[in-house]
Amino acid sequence: MLKITNLHASVGDKPILKGLTLDIAPGEVHAIMGPNGAGKSTLSHVLSGKAGYTVTEGSVIYNGKDLLEMDPEIRAREGVFLAFQYPVEIPGVSNIYLLKAALNAMRKHKGLPEVDAMDFLTLVKDKVKLLQMDEKFLYRAVNEGFSGGEKKRNEILQAAVLEPNLCILDETDSGLDIDALRIVSEGVNSLRAANRSFLMITHYQRLLDYIKPDVVHVLADGRIVKSGGPELALALEEKGYSWVEGQA
Amino acid sequence: MSNDAYLAAYPALAERLPGQDLAWLQQFRQSGLQAFADHGFPTLRDEEWRYTNLTALSKTQFAPTALQTAADDLLAEYRVADAALLVLVNGHFVPALSDLADLPAGVTVLSLAQALQQQAAKVADYLGKAVAETEHSLVAFNNAWFTDGLWLEVAAKQVLSKPLQILHLVTESTALAATRQLVVVNQQAEAEIIETFVGSVDSYFTACVNECFVEQNAGLTWYKLQAEASKAQHFGGTYAKQARDSRFSHHNFAFGSLLARSDIHSDLDIASECSLNGLYLAAQRQHIDNHTRINHLKPHGVSREFYKGVLDQKARAVFQGRVVVAEDAQKTDSEMNNRNLLLSSDAEIDTKPQLEIYADDVKCSHGVTVGQLEEKSLFYLQSRGIDEEAARHVLTFAFANEMVDKVENASLKALLLKQLLERFPGIAF
Repeated sequence: MLKITNLHASVGDKPILKGLTLDIAPGEVHAIMGPNGAGKSTLSHVLSGKAGYTVTEGSVIYNGKDLLEMDPEIRAREGVFLAFQYPVEIPGVSNIYLLKAALNAMRKHKGLPEVDAMDFLTLVKDKVKLLQMDEKFLYRAVNEGFSGGEKKRNEILQAAVLEPNLCILDETDSGLDIDALRIVSEGVNSLRAANRSFLMITHYQRLLDYIKPDVVHVLADGRIVKSGGPELALALEEKGYSWVEGQA
Repeated sequence: MSNDAYLAAYPALAERLPGQDLAWLQQFRQSGLQAFADHGFPTLRDEEWRYTNLTALSKTQFAPTALQTAADDLLAEYRVADAALLVLVNGHFVPALSDLADLPAGVTVLSLAQALQQQAAKVADYLGKAVAETEHSLVAFNNAWFTDGLWLEVAAKQVLSKPLQILHLVTESTALAATRQLVVVNQQAEAEIIETFVGSVDSYFTACVNECFVEQNAGLTWYKLQAEASKAQHFGGTYAKQARDSRFSHHNFAFGSLLARSDIHSDLDIASECSLNGLYLAAQRQHIDNHTRINHLKPHGVSREFYKGVLDQKARAVFQGRVVVAEDAQKTDSEMNNRNLLLSSDAEIDTKPQLEIYADDVKCSHGVTVGQLEEKSLFYLQSRGIDEEAARHVLTFAFANEMVDKVENASLKALLLKQLLERFPGIAF
């Protein structure tokens, strides 16, 4: 699904990722944990094609294709979804417009006709229910005036509608209270499928109580310094990041 | 060619203008002519015109043309459903193209030429009373040159059941369409006017002056859609006098023309409310100048002003928003906002909010922003599969649509929406 090999990336002259290697098989859930400044968000930005980063070395192969060669919208249409750490407010553009425009962009890319209006409404309303959201959210401007929890739920709603192959969750748990965290996690868990992989980027272990990863990686100073099962997250929680940074 | 050409052609024109037998009108026109002869068209040296160059008006001599009655596709395209239609072609009211059959009850509609024949004394009471020739020389020019126009009067306590659409159409190249509208909304009456400017030829000059009298506790909503042809020169001034407890709401959509200047001025008496909304979209080498003035003359007035602009390529726009609070206008509550989106590094906005406050117990605020599309918003849309160009169009449309959303008339809103979407193709809103 996703094969990252020796990835080096910089912002300006400053190297952030320094030889990151990661292999995610279809259906797997990987968690990347790490201290602030380790390069977690840079990784999600580089994978989704955000401007401002230079890849100086290494490769990212997604479903056999060179992901780094693709424009951000092509990555999205090929099934890469980034749930933003800070979802952007877009005044004047309704949620339902964005969902439909995005879904149709994917369908066009696959050579499918535009979604039927009734089918689309049925689909979206099902997903809204799944995320325990009010249907009114569909008609509000994207993220405008949403609470932190609502924004994160809205990201997962988009993922649920767009059905990506690779879902990158960038600090999806940040700013969530326990109830919101539970709802968002249930949404994510309902998306788990044999052909869908997840890359969860998080600072804290608590998200992993709700979404069980197959593999946990520790990112420090731009590299994966340790990988293991879910128990690694617990060990980190107990011993702190200095424990692995010391081993790096 | 210079302003002299206009002056030289005037005597022959004057003989054909309406109201020949009215001495007071002749005097009014002569005075305007003299003011124009003295000043010519406004120049960059005039403070209120320092960003708007009118030399094109002197380079071509735009001249009034004879009355035209031929229908045009534009009439159908810009016709707003469920409104009485008043059509002026090349500066003359054309009943044959108008739809007066279902004029709402309570309104008197006459061409200004007719009004000068049938009720000259009444016209004399209002003409030049909401704006003086000293305002600037385009007003003086209109005073001398107007060929026709409309008299609209809403009787006291009448709430019009449907809007009146005034459709200005120009069909002759280098035509001058100079009209004067007098709109009187008597006590406790309510009216809605949709003013539309279009042209089926490229180059012409619209010089339109509207004087509105909103009497005590009356309400007037005025929508202006300026969709002039691509090389047209447009001047449109709307000057309102608001009596106490009156409401005046103006929505100014400036989309067309090569050069356009709108004046929207209002004088507010006690506890009256004025709301000015505007949206200007300019591209290529378009120049759009909106000049608003709200005069709070008496206490307890409320004014709200919100103008938005989108400028692309080498377009230039001017926003001058002046709010004057007279010494006597205590407890005035005024807000002004101007927001601009620049899509190109060659586009230019000159924005000038001006508060002049002579009273000490008032609440006044103003704000201006000039910005570009936000990269993070573009990336967010791209990350959802929308290509960059479409994402730019979506965001620009959303910015502009906020003003269209404020339009309550559904037919007009649909017309405006269509205009917006033509400008930002590829987004299926």
